[in-house]
Amino acid sequence: MTLVLDLTLCALILAVALATVLGGGVFRAIVFFIVYGLLLSVAWVRLDAVDVALAEAAIGAGLTGVLFLSAFGKLARIGAEAEPPAARIRGFLPAALACAGLTGALAWAWFALPVPERPAPDLATALPRAGVENPVTAVLLNFRAWDTLLESIVLLAALIGVWMLARDEDWHDRFGLPQHVRPGGVMANFGRLLPPVGVLVGVYLVYVGADRPGGAFQGGTVLAAVGLVAALAGLLRPPRVTQIVWRMGLVAGPLVFLVAGIVGAILGAGFLTLPEPIAGSAIFVIEIALAISIAVTLAFLVIGPPEQGHRE
Amino acid sequence: MNDLATYAFTSIGLFFFVAGSVGFLRFPDVFSRLHALTKADNLGLGFIALGIAFQAESWRLVALLFLIWGLMLLAAGTMSQLIARDALRERDGR
Amino acid sequence: MTGSTLYALTGAALVGIGFFGLISAQHLMRRVVAFNLIGSGLFVFLGAAGARSGASDPIPQALIITGIVVALSASALAIGLVVAHARASRRPTLPEEDGEA
Repeated sequence: MTLVLDLTLCALILAVALATVLGGGVFRAIVFFIVYGLLLSVAWVRLDAVDVALAEAAIGAGLTGVLFLSAFGKLARIGAEAEPPAARIRGFLPAALACAGLTGALAWAWFALPVPERPAPDLATALPRAGVENPVTAVLLNFRAWDTLLESIVLLAALIGVWMLARDEDWHDRFGLPQHVRPGGVMANFGRLLPPVGVLVGVYLVYVGADRPGGAFQGGTVLAAVGLVAALAGLLRPPRVTQIVWRMGLVAGPLVFLVAGIVGAILGAGFLTLPEPIAGSAIFVIEIALAISIAVTLAFLVIGPPEQGHRE
Repeated sequence: MNDLATYAFTSIGLFFFVAGSVGFLRFPDVFSRLHALTKADNLGLGFIALGIAFQAESWRLVALLFLIWGLMLLAAGTMSQLIARDALRERDGR
Repeated sequence: MTGSTLYALTGAALVGIGFFGLISAQHLMRRVVAFNLIGSGLFVFLGAAGARSGASDPIPQALIITGIVVALSASALAIGLVVAHARASRRPTLPEEDGEA
């Protein structure tokens, strides 16, 4: 019975992916991509990875979809959203064959790989000493903290890259394009109703990530989405690059993480190694700072660089 | 008994979803399609939430399921209103 | 067992579909979408490998979460470049590919 469910789900995922890449215009591709992301989060639940499902639904389908749609709107304003006409590539069949070959190679790799022994024995002995119950949080923030620290810095680097695309004369303007919202209308009221619930859900996801599926990334993304809804509803004006408070929010996560790593080194356990008695509380503190940084960074990534248009 | 209720309500919910999708595909213009999608799909979601609620182990889970339905109603209502207003403006000429 | 193999094959197919979209798309935004398809296909492949022997393995899941976040930041940077290029050149395609269609 579950095999039928899996087969149907995979068939749907492949069909929607095909609809995304085959013709029909850019808007169609974006909408199908969002649907694909939501189907993929169901697939993650089937693969017994609930944290990944939350991350995929929030970041992969949600924020990426908003990013694409807002970019599509920006392109539409300058008339660049249309597909170039008669886009018939010359090498259609060789390209399709090459991609089919790539798929075949990956499938062959799957069957050629030996089936590993799970869970890895050293992980099984180390998990009870991690300080948190949720194994994914333990791996993210304790065992492989190095990866997560670098990831938070990569987020910051990408944001700086996006900011570099602003024109010199726009540098002191606010982020993104201004929103025109009818005061007292549907969007404005939505922007008043949703954020309280959203903040509650986001904070809860960060807090509960220690024991159950959740975590800093998922909760931070929900908080970023709350900020975006408030900005879209015209209730929150996007800030400027020059405002110190927001820049401190951006840096807070990586900084706290780095400090925790150095404290670990000072205490003798090694850089970014959390000593067992304080591991739980250290992870909690790092998660809070990380969630704040992720929320601010993701929101700024989606809104975009400072742009002309906010005439005060 | 609980399983029977789950089957019954989930089937009703599925029926509403199919009805909404058929309406989406066959109705002629944006407004009637929005009507089909918003009403039928949200009702279908409500019935599915009700069906799953019979499988929940605690009242907290039931409350969470209906919170999800409520949020979905809020989002769908807002979005369909915005899409309809934009389509109306486009139809009548900006 | 068969469940994870099915998802691994789906992931492999998604990578192929994504690459095809990357090669065949002229509009730059479709290329960013295809790039995301490739990334998520690889994540599904990795996730299926993690679920292969019954018990769920948290290490691939943590890597996949990291990957999803990094893919978003790469997409945001790519989208910023596409919008900046379109504003500068007034066209959403690369200059060496204009006029070939």
